[in-house]
Parts: sequence; structure tokens; C-alpha cells
Amino acid sequence: MDSRDQAQVGVRRTVIRTIAALIGMFAFAFALVPLYDVFCRITGINGKVDATAQSVVHEEVDETRVINVQFITRGSPGLPWRMSAETHQMSVHPGQMAEVDFTFTNNSHSENWGRAVPSVSPSNATPHLRKISCFCFQEQHLQGDERLTIPLVFQLARDLPADINTVTLVYTLYPVEHEIQNASLDSLLNNRFKSDSNNNSNKNEVAGETI
Amino acid sequence: MAPKLPPQPPLQHGTTAVADGPAHGHAAPPKGIWRWLITTNHKEIGTLYLIFSLTMFFIGGIFALVVRAELFQPGLQLIEPEFFNQMTTMHGLIMVFAAVMPAFTGLANWMIPLQIGAPDMALPRLNNFSFWLLPVAFTLLLSTLFMPGGGPNFGWTFYAPLSTNYGPPSTTFFILALHIAGISSILGAINIIATILNMRAPGMRLMDMPLFVWTWLVTAFLLIAVMPVLAGVITMMLMDINFGTSFFNAAGGGDPVLFQHLFWFFGHPEVYIMILPAFGIVSAIIPTFARKPLFGYASMVYATAAIALLSFLVWAHHMFVVGLPLVAELFFMYSTMLIAVPTGVKVFNWITTLFRGSISFESPMLFALAFVVLFTIGGFSGLMLAIAPADFQYHDTYFVVAHFHYVLVPGAIFAIMAGVYYWLPKWTGHYPNERLAQWHFWFSVIGVNLTFFPMHFAGLAGMPRRIPDYALQFADFNLLSSIGAFFFGASQLLFVLGVILCVRGGKKAPAKAWEGAVDLEWTVPSPAPLHTFETPPVFHRAST
Repeated sequence: MDSRDQAQVGVRRTVIRTIAALIGMFAFAFALVPLYDVFCRITGINGKVDATAQSVVHEEVDETRVINVQFITRGSPGLPWRMSAETHQMSVHPGQMAEVDFTFTNNSHSENWGRAVPSVSPSNATPHLRKISCFCFQEQHLQGDERLTIPLVFQLARDLPADINTVTLVYTLYPVEHEIQNASLDSLLNNRFKSDSNNNSNKNEVAGETI
Repeated sequence: MAPKLPPQPPLQHGTTAVADGPAHGHAAPPKGIWRWLITTNHKEIGTLYLIFSLTMFFIGGIFALVVRAELFQPGLQLIEPEFFNQMTTMHGLIMVFAAVMPAFTGLANWMIPLQIGAPDMALPRLNNFSFWLLPVAFTLLLSTLFMPGGGPNFGWTFYAPLSTNYGPPSTTFFILALHIAGISSILGAINIIATILNMRAPGMRLMDMPLFVWTWLVTAFLLIAVMPVLAGVITMMLMDINFGTSFFNAAGGGDPVLFQHLFWFFGHPEVYIMILPAFGIVSAIIPTFARKPLFGYASMVYATAAIALLSFLVWAHHMFVVGLPLVAELFFMYSTMLIAVPTGVKVFNWITTLFRGSISFESPMLFALAFVVLFTIGGFSGLMLAIAPADFQYHDTYFVVAHFHYVLVPGAIFAIMAGVYYWLPKWTGHYPNERLAQWHFWFSVIGVNLTFFPMHFAGLAGMPRRIPDYALQFADFNLLSSIGAFFFGASQLLFVLGVILCVRGGKKAPAKAWEGAVDLEWTVPSPAPLHTFETPPVFHRAST
């Protein structure tokens, strides 16, 4: 019986340890979420761009290299908007500042909030892309049937890795659900000027900053 | 009718010295269904697991046949694409979580106490609970097929946001079912670890344990390590769907690629959870029928542990095309190829065990040999997929489908069938009908290869997976695959017939049912009485 009691003690110890390991692994799975974000931010490998404007760095333009920059825009269900770039691709030199217009069209009659979430491919180009001004820094608000054109101003750093010849910027539109009260109040207070000039096509906003 | 149970023994014939005295002090078990609901006996629970697994094998198989019937020729003939997606998803989920995993747990329940000389599992009541969670989980999962919007249709890998933003309303039930099944596996794993570490016969060191016990010990540790991660992932999905969080929703700042990282951090060790116990079964059968001790026992143990450790470092090889940086592609490519080394050690050990053995080809041995050959083919196609640049071409094609079916069907499933034929004499006291078993074997081998071999070619030619319709140039390969699938499916009825006949009667088996068998389970009478090893056996180390 002695050995059997011993076995019972051993079983209890094993069970306690395995349950501790279980809880640890469950917590680890959730800890991976912030860890993943931190890891990606440090290494910049998931193509996520800082959602803040960066300042222009004046550096000599490298005329010897031509980088093909492509623009892809995607809508998403739940937001009746169309988003399009003025051009699908352009050639820039590293160090050169470039500007391209993006047009947002609200195809519905009701006002909505939306946000364009950027992604850069290849991901190791991300740290070398400076966005001086981008509509993706903040949410957009469009009245029913409104059309809005906002430029993207960016610069590719001179230290862009030599093996990169093409950089693709992808913007995916997502609906943003504000509490309707706030949103409409907000729009009443701030956007009266804009709603007056509603439906005018091709309205140029100043680099998306007032929105 | 509960014929699968070993009858209460009026003390046995041919009992060897190690077997037990009479089962004093055990109340007569209750009768009827109640007995099965409250049983805490490892043999009865093992039987329940195996019957459950076999049932689910056929349900998952029917789903596969629905898929193959639709793919018999190009165009949409039988079912809607939405239902097709539900069938592929359910086939994968049922086969992985309800057929293969419970089958191994059932074998573990039956054989681990017998192989280490323990009277039962360490936590018998928990054992009962772990089993009865399974029917609940999979009834719930299968019931989603009848819910409005249908069952899960996003593939067994349930990638977010396909499963969160775009999934059917029943996805919450799918998550709950998976949670319950996961708890069941975790409890089973705790029980197995506690049994193996604390209840071995006196004198049996870890390095004396049969390889089936070793591989299961490692598998149980894998389960403890990754099942909580799966639970975490599906909990995040649950919150994304129902509570407005954005773990995987890019619109809210989440990251869909994070889902794939988390899923495959669980998913790749899961693949080894489904194959390591198979290695253990084959390592028991090949020495028995080659009548030689296993070559390189210690290296087998270390190889098993090495595979388990490496399995945590290779997950992103499932994600070569999500846009990983070059360094990551290279790291995961090389670490994946590294796994071929311990796996190769195992294959070489089996072959060397066969070398100059006096081999006989009974049905367990046939399945074990087919396992070695066909699993190795699956391993080679895995190596091809491990090459990152090549994977850009193979990704999400039928080549991948061919690869993982080769390692799971003639891999895991054949090993389970080999184990069943090997241990049936111990369970029932009768040998299975050898003629029937051989027919079953040959039909299965032909069926498996006819089904899955053409998929390699279809995949290399570019046929994508998970599609209900396909381009005309793939028609011939798909025709062959579909014929093979129905042939294979029908031939599994022979297996059921063989098992039923074996339970009801047949040639009587002695305690040591196979001439070359050495482990402790062959020292108790056949059929194994309900209670064995109540006084621990004396373990004699094989002289090597």
C-alpha cells in the first residue's frame, strides 16, 4: 500500500504541474497578441505603417535608381464607398518627394465614417517609406453622395534596400461605427461648411487634415 | 448488447505468473447503458473511445465522399458550392478532432496501463469525463449543419476574418464545440502523463517503457502545450464575433496574419500529435513480426523528443505566401527540413529492424509495412513543400491535399488499424479473421493510392484546393481520385465486419497472441480481464 500512496502523491504533483503549464500556455496565447505587435513594430515586418505624419528629410535624390510604386485600393462590404487612386503606378527616385491623389466616393445617400488601413509590400520597405501626409492617418467622414479627393504625399528613403524595385501600397477601406449621435452632432458643428458645398465633385481638401 | 467488453473472467486458462489474482473487492458493474455512462475502467473507456472514433470516421468519410462525388466530373452537378464548403470543412474537423485523436486516446486508455503494469489510469473518473465530453462536442458541431446559414464553411483551419466577419451565424457553436473537444483532449493528456510518470510497475525505468508509451508521453506534453493556444485563438474569435473586439479585424487595428501565426503555432504540433502515437504502434508491431528487438530503441526515443521540440519552430511554413520577410522564409524552410532528420532516423530504424528478421506477414504487419512506405512518400512531398520558393507554386493546390492525406490516411489511420488488428486478440480473446483482414488491407492500399496519388499531379498542374468545380484539364485525375475514394470508403466496411466478427468469436487467442511479442500486455490473459495488475507485476528488463 505504501507504494500506492506514494503513487497518489506523485499523481497529485503531476496534475498540479500540468495544470499550471496549461494556464501558462493559455495566458501565453493572449500575451502573444501584444508581443506580436511589439515585435512587428520593432522589425517593421508586417507592413504596418506608423499612423502619424513624418517630416520630409531633405536628402539628395538618387537619380540612378527608379522605384516602381504601385497603388491598390480595396473597399469592404458594409461601407458603400469607392476609393480610387489617380494612377495605379508611378516611378520615383529614392529621396524624391511624390504626390498622388486618392478619390473617395460615397455611393449611398447617407453619411458614413470610414477609414483606409494601409499595408506595404514588401514589408521590409516599410521602415524606408516616409508618409508626409496621408488620408490614412485619420478617419474620413463623407456625407451622402459626397466625393472627396485627398493627396498622399510620401518619400522613399535613400537607404531603401537595393533589392527592392517595386513597392506596393495597399489601402483597404473599413467602415467605422461611431455612435450616431456623436457623429451627427460632430458633423453639425464642424462640417457645416463642407455640407454646404456638398455634391461638388472633385473637392480638394488640404491633405486630409481638416477631416 | 455490449459484446466488446471482455467477459468477467471465471479465472483464466494459460495465465502466466504475472497476471492477477481474482478480482476481489469489485462490486458487480451496473447493467445496461448506465454501466457505460459511469464506467471508470480504462478498458471500457478505451473501448468507448474506439467505437466513437470509428463512428466519426464513417461520418467524416461520408462527408469526404460527398466532396468526391461532386468532383467526379467538372461542373456543378450534385450540391451547391456553399454546401460543398461545409462538407470540406466538416470532413477535416471531424477526421482530425473526432476520428484520429480519439482513436489514439482510446488505444492509450486500453494499452498504456497494460504496457506499464498499472491497474488503471491515474485519474479514472476524470477519464470518464474526458470521454463523455466528446459526444457532446461533436453532436453540437454536427448540429450546426442543420442551423440557418449552415455549418462552418471556412475550411478546417478557420482562418479569420473569413470565419469571424464572413462566417455563418453558427460559428459561435463551432467555437463552443471545439472548446469542449479541446478540454477533453487536455484532460486526457493530463491523465496519460500522470499515469505514465507515477504508475509504472516497480523496476520499470522511463527508458524501459514500450515505444507506444513513450510516444504517447511526448504527445501528451504536446497537447498540454498547444491545446491552450487553440483555446486562446478560438476565444479571441469568439470575442471578435460577439463582443466587438478586434484581435483579427484589420478595421479595428487587429491583424489577420496574427490569426495564422497563432493557429499554426497550435496547428503544426497538432500534426505531430496525430502521428507520434502511430510511430509508437508501428515500433511495437515491426519487431514482433520480424522477431527481432527494435533496432535503436534509445535513438527512437530521442528522435520522438526531437520531432516534438522542432514542431514548435516550424509553424510559419504553412504561411510562406503571406508575405514573410526573407529571413523568416529561410528560417522556417531550414527548420522544417531539419525535421526530416529525426523522422529519417525512425524510418531507418524500422528498416534495420526488418533486416535479416524472420518476417511473417499477418495483417498488423501488412498495415505497419504499408505505413512505413506510404508515410515516407508523404514525408517526401512534405520536404518538397518545405522548399519556400517551390511552395509559392504548390501552396493551396491539390499537391498539399495529397501530401497531408498521405501522412494522415496511410500514416495515422493505417497505424491505428494495424494497432487494432494487433491488439484485438488481447481485447476480445479471438484472432481477427485473417483472410478478411488481408482483403481489407489490399483494398485499402489500392484505394488509398488510387485516391491520393493522382492528386499530386493535379496539384502540380495547378488545381487549387477547396473548389467545387475545376478546369477541364484536371478531369481525368479527379475521376480517378473519386473512383478510388468510393473504393476505399466501401472497403472500410470490411474492417467493421472484421471487428464485429472478432468480438463475437473466432480462433481463440492465448495470452501471448503473437509469437514475437514481448511487452507486458501479453502476460495477462486474452481477453484481458476487466481488472489487471492489481498487484504490480515484476518487471524483467529484456537482456540487451
